[in-house]
Amino acid sequence: MSKIKLSEKTIGIIQQVCSDFRNEGSELINVLHQVQGKLGYLPAEVQEVIAKELNISVAKVYGVVTFYSFFTMIPMGEHPISICMGTACYVRGSEQVLAEFKRQLSIEVGQSTADNKFSLNCLRCVGACGLAPVVMVGEKVYGRVSPQQVKNIIAEYKEGGASEAKTA
Amino acid sequence: MAEYNMHILVCGGTGCKASQSELIKTNFKTRLNEFGLADEIQVILTGCFGFCEKGPIVKILPDNTFYTQVTPEDVDEIVEEHIIKGRKVERLLYKDPETHEIVGDSKGMDFYKKQIRIALRNCGFINPENIEEYIGRDGYAALGTCLSEKTPDEVIRMIKDSGLRGRGGGGFPTGLKWELTRKSVSDQKYVVCNADEGDPGAFMDRSILEGDPHSVLESMAICGYCIGADKGLVYIRAEYPLAIERLKIAINQAREYGLLGNDILGTGFNFDIEIRYGAGAFVCGEETALIHSMEGKRGEPGVKPPFPAEKGYNGKPTNVNNVETFANIPVIINKGAEWFASIGTANSKGTKVFALAGKINNVGLIEVPMGITLREIIYDIGGGIKDGREFKAVQTGGPSGGCLTKSFLDTPIDYDNLVAAGSMMGSGGMIVLDDSDCMVAIAKFYLEFTLDESCGKCTPCRIGNKRLYEILEKITEGNGKLEDLDRLRMLSTVIKDTSLCGLGQTSPNPVLSTLDHFYDEYLAHVTTHKCLAGQCKALVNYAIDTDRCTGCTLCFRNCPVGAISGERRAPHYIDKSLCIKCGVCFEKCKFDAVLIA
Repeated sequence: MSKIKLSEKTIGIIQQVCSDFRNEGSELINVLHQVQGKLGYLPAEVQEVIAKELNISVAKVYGVVTFYSFFTMIPMGEHPISICMGTACYVRGSEQVLAEFKRQLSIEVGQSTADNKFSLNCLRCVGACGLAPVVMVGEKVYGRVSPQQVKNIIAEYKEGGASEAKTA
Repeated sequence: MAEYNMHILVCGGTGCKASQSELIKTNFKTRLNEFGLADEIQVILTGCFGFCEKGPIVKILPDNTFYTQVTPEDVDEIVEEHIIKGRKVERLLYKDPETHEIVGDSKGMDFYKKQIRIALRNCGFINPENIEEYIGRDGYAALGTCLSEKTPDEVIRMIKDSGLRGRGGGGFPTGLKWELTRKSVSDQKYVVCNADEGDPGAFMDRSILEGDPHSVLESMAICGYCIGADKGLVYIRAEYPLAIERLKIAINQAREYGLLGNDILGTGFNFDIEIRYGAGAFVCGEETALIHSMEGKRGEPGVKPPFPAEKGYNGKPTNVNNVETFANIPVIINKGAEWFASIGTANSKGTKVFALAGKINNVGLIEVPMGITLREIIYDIGGGIKDGREFKAVQTGGPSGGCLTKSFLDTPIDYDNLVAAGSMMGSGGMIVLDDSDCMVAIAKFYLEFTLDESCGKCTPCRIGNKRLYEILEKITEGNGKLEDLDRLRMLSTVIKDTSLCGLGQTSPNPVLSTLDHFYDEYLAHVTTHKCLAGQCKALVNYAIDTDRCTGCTLCFRNCPVGAISGERRAPHYIDKSLCIKCGVCFEKCKFDAVLIA
């Protein structure tokens, strides 16, 4: 990944979060949650600032970021698509749904489309197992998704803005 | 709740919320306002009713009317017919799938008949965002009793006598854990609630926190009183925003009412609770890993001993219990240890919450007495297998567990029997599989999960599981050999014996258990290169039986890649070079003309 330069404003945001947690190293996970919430992702440059502010090594920050699946070093697409791969969804066919998303968007899991409109990820369990298989686009949950519906779900977001589609 | 004549309870669990239950609640409020009934009828968003399959659920009290699959548009009719005219809206009532009779009262539903709700007692009954409703259902009475009438040793005695065992998976006796932490001498101790529910397909902890957060807070305070801690921490997954929100509201309300904080109920006992967030790591369900994560480190497990009861969070004695375990405590205090111990089997007392999912008609959350049989769960409560297919197995204990086959349908379910059957209780996920599920693929699925979640500290787990996965991959792709099956077993045994924590020690369980119970399926994969369930794509080819094909064009229209061709009313063909083996044609064909070759 090429080096990016963070703006003064971004650095300010990170510093503010760190000082909200009294610049304590033991608050690292809370700091990462907050910073990712504000910036969307945690590239190496951001991790360097956090390490400096909390007075811990960059290696430690990187170790924690890469350990937990919730933290990401890659920016998400405008509409992040998550396919639930929990067991309940898996046995009700989420693998075929995922295959169809990959095919329609021509990307692999963990990637974004060229126009940065969509990114594709798997998640472990939304907890809406009654609606399996479940797909999330942003905060919106689609239940009982079949591979045939995939095209329509993507289309909803392609022509700008999510329309009121049925969810179950 | 006395001042209202009627209560409309709308399910606000994650599943129902995803199906617009909040809008349903808003619509009810608007309509009731228009009829001037807002003061007489209360509308609340509750926690999960458990019957997720038919969500969103709307329940009307006092007559227990149970409406299923309600849409926001249905609200007008319910208000005008049921509320105003007193006539139940029949089309939304639950229908018994066998008799097709309408069941208007939830008490008459098979789904609820065999359940005993202790941990879930308030879920789907109270407004989780209002502490008074919890107090109205004997909430915080147990804390009051403990603080004013019982010594910590007496309370621990009660928990021990009740026979309560940890509901997070291990099944360690809860009273004993509390006693060990009490005996550790330190200036500071901690109570930790493990709400890092990582088992995919299990959602009981989340449902309790969303539906009844105060029961967990109350128990944590009782635990603090017993072990001598003034600080509690809830470690919860960041992926559970609704549970976090409700927990925060509950903590603030409890503080306002003087049930958390300093000098609780004027007894001089201090206890407060903070929330810590997980960040998506299955291994953090292991208590030493969880403690490391709370300290801001990578969630790698540590060596036990020392146990957290001696040296835990920040090096201080720490008592870690799971959400469901805590939710049982106030009831044990209020109703007595003997009452609790009267439910269940010899060594497993009380009830267990299971998340029933997969190929079953009634997906949902159930709480049943220990000792119930799998048959009762699947056929009586769960309503049988989906689409009339044949039962094959139930996977319990998630990625650490194993599968139970038909021969275990009448085994009473408790901690010891599940272990004897080659599985485990785990947190209570129950995934039902039918004859279309390939057991080799299921074992591979679980292994992919553990592979992803292995922290990498121990070589057998980090590398061994990878090798196991590769062998399974080879088998499902049709390149497996007979000797691979022995290798799977040997490698699994080594990984189990040599890993440090529960994750590595149990990760090969799905492989071993499927090898034990479904050896013929493995054999078919490696000898004749056939997947009996038709799930392993590399071993499957689709073809159309030209004699049976009527040329209805249904497969042609549904094929996502245009691999099917043929004229209307004439037999169709599948171009194998284009076919992606998605199986849509097979599912859609009404004449059984699509064959798996």
